[in-house]
Amino acid sequence: MTNADTVDESRRDFLYIATGAVATVGAGLACWPLIDQMNPDATVKALSSIEVDLAPVEVGQAITVVWRGKPVFIRHRTVKEIKEAKAVDVATLRDPQTDAERVQKPAWLVMVGICTHLGCIPKGQKVGDEKGDYDGWFCPCHGSHYDSSGRIRKGPAPLNLLVPAYTFLTDTKIKIG
Amino acid sequence: MSGHATFEPQNKYVKWFEDRLPILGLVHSSLVAFQTPRNLNYWWTFGGILFMFLMIQIITGVILAMHYIPHETLAFDSTEHILRNVNYGWLIRYMHANGASMFFFAVYIHMFRGFYYGSFKGPREGLWILGVIIYNLMMAAGFLGYVLPWGQMSFWAATVITNLFSAFPIIGEPIVHWLWGGYSVGQPTLNRFYSFHYLVPMILFVFVILHVWALHVVGNNNPTGISVKSKQDTLPFHPFYTIKDAYAIVAFLLIFVWFVFFNPNQLGHPDNYIPANPMVTPPHIVPEWYFLPFYAILRAVPDKLGGVLLMFGALAMLAVMPWLDRSKARSLTYRPIMAVFFWLFVIDALFLGWLGSQPAEGIYVIMSRLATAYYFLHFLIIMPLVSTFEKPRPRPESIMQSVLDKAGDASPAKEA
Repeated sequence: MTNADTVDESRRDFLYIATGAVATVGAGLACWPLIDQMNPDATVKALSSIEVDLAPVEVGQAITVVWRGKPVFIRHRTVKEIKEAKAVDVATLRDPQTDAERVQKPAWLVMVGICTHLGCIPKGQKVGDEKGDYDGWFCPCHGSHYDSSGRIRKGPAPLNLLVPAYTFLTDTKIKIG
Repeated sequence: MSGHATFEPQNKYVKWFEDRLPILGLVHSSLVAFQTPRNLNYWWTFGGILFMFLMIQIITGVILAMHYIPHETLAFDSTEHILRNVNYGWLIRYMHANGASMFFFAVYIHMFRGFYYGSFKGPREGLWILGVIIYNLMMAAGFLGYVLPWGQMSFWAATVITNLFSAFPIIGEPIVHWLWGGYSVGQPTLNRFYSFHYLVPMILFVFVILHVWALHVVGNNNPTGISVKSKQDTLPFHPFYTIKDAYAIVAFLLIFVWFVFFNPNQLGHPDNYIPANPMVTPPHIVPEWYFLPFYAILRAVPDKLGGVLLMFGALAMLAVMPWLDRSKARSLTYRPIMAVFFWLFVIDALFLGWLGSQPAEGIYVIMSRLATAYYFLHFLIIMPLVSTFEKPRPRPESIMQSVLDKAGDASPAKEA
């Protein structure tokens, strides 16, 4: 450079860095549509809530309904199951939650039937199913045991079975989502 | 190592072309004149075998893509359609499915050969790491491809593997929903996996070119592990190794065609002939056999994030191997103590594979933990310590000398 003496170096550095920074941010923003297109689209988001009639489900029975492509377990719990769920010392749990925090009415347990480990569907809905060591659900994939409140008790899963947002529309009808 | 072109075209048209794009010279120097150690054994033919399988997978894959439909209601049926109705569809589909298995079988032998003869050690660290990247891309391609037939195992493999990312705090769930394009594995997932299954092999192909390029920079390792010192130590690649590789390829193809023609479903899981059902998890999910050791490591830990990190850590061990082994000798032929640990590691890896196929309960979990612990012990403790303290046995002066010693003739050869 022949006129190096007349060039303000710090000013030039600032211009270089500022240009580079704007270009980087611009390139990042330009990438966003390419990334975001993979997120759930409008049709997926539209299918967000369902209504379920609980009247035909007797005490001790369980039904599985589909919500957002996922199974939702609805169990009409027996007195024994409710008692067991309430008797647990919450401090000993991996994901501490009382039974009361997980149900709106003690007889009805509503939760997403997907193991919080790697997404399998636990056994325990059908009469002959293995229910695990805690009278609840057992995931056959990697051996997680859930209790009669759907809380993780043993095995690799980190969290309790998820309780979705739901409301009782009447005494025997709920809306999930 | 003399890698420069000695290609001198006689034909004036060829010369005209060569002066403008010296690609024939490149091929000549890479596949004809390339100086290769004269003592390579059959364990060195797996590079050629792997390249052949890459070609088989690409060709059969392009054909399958002409008949397959990536839609949740049609994927399973279109796969059956290929097997039943498309002309030779059964052959092409079974070649592709079993080709993937053979690809992994060959790559495991290729990798263990590198372990044993120290091919991962300097100056071949770059070559080795490119190989590790290729192996990882193979696993991605294998997994994505396994999802496409949309059977029960496909669906639940997709669910379990994508859920690995949910182990990470905070960012986990958004990442998983982003991968799925929904709140569960479904149509968007299948469609994009099809796209990725086509993309990954293209990336893999580029890395194979880089791998071969790196090989041609540093040259082949060899069973003695000692470096090439003179022209006497080497032979031109063609015809010596083209013929040796071709012979091994034909032998390996016999295993391949046995599976394709006589036992095409032996390596698959029967549940994948049940169409995908998001409401029912099969009682016993197992991945394809080539993932089993890593699956066992994943399940060994009673902690979700821990299991995921250990599994990725197990793969990362391969990439850092060049810096864990500090021995001056490459080949375990001259390192009897490390050779024992090598075989223990092979047994441990096979044992982990078996454990991965068993249910995750009782004694299997305990054995998985022990075998996982030994896996990491091998890399992080045994490898650095043994390589530091074991004094290698005397090695031959040259590759040529080792060949002559083997032939029982100690007099130096006169032929060039």
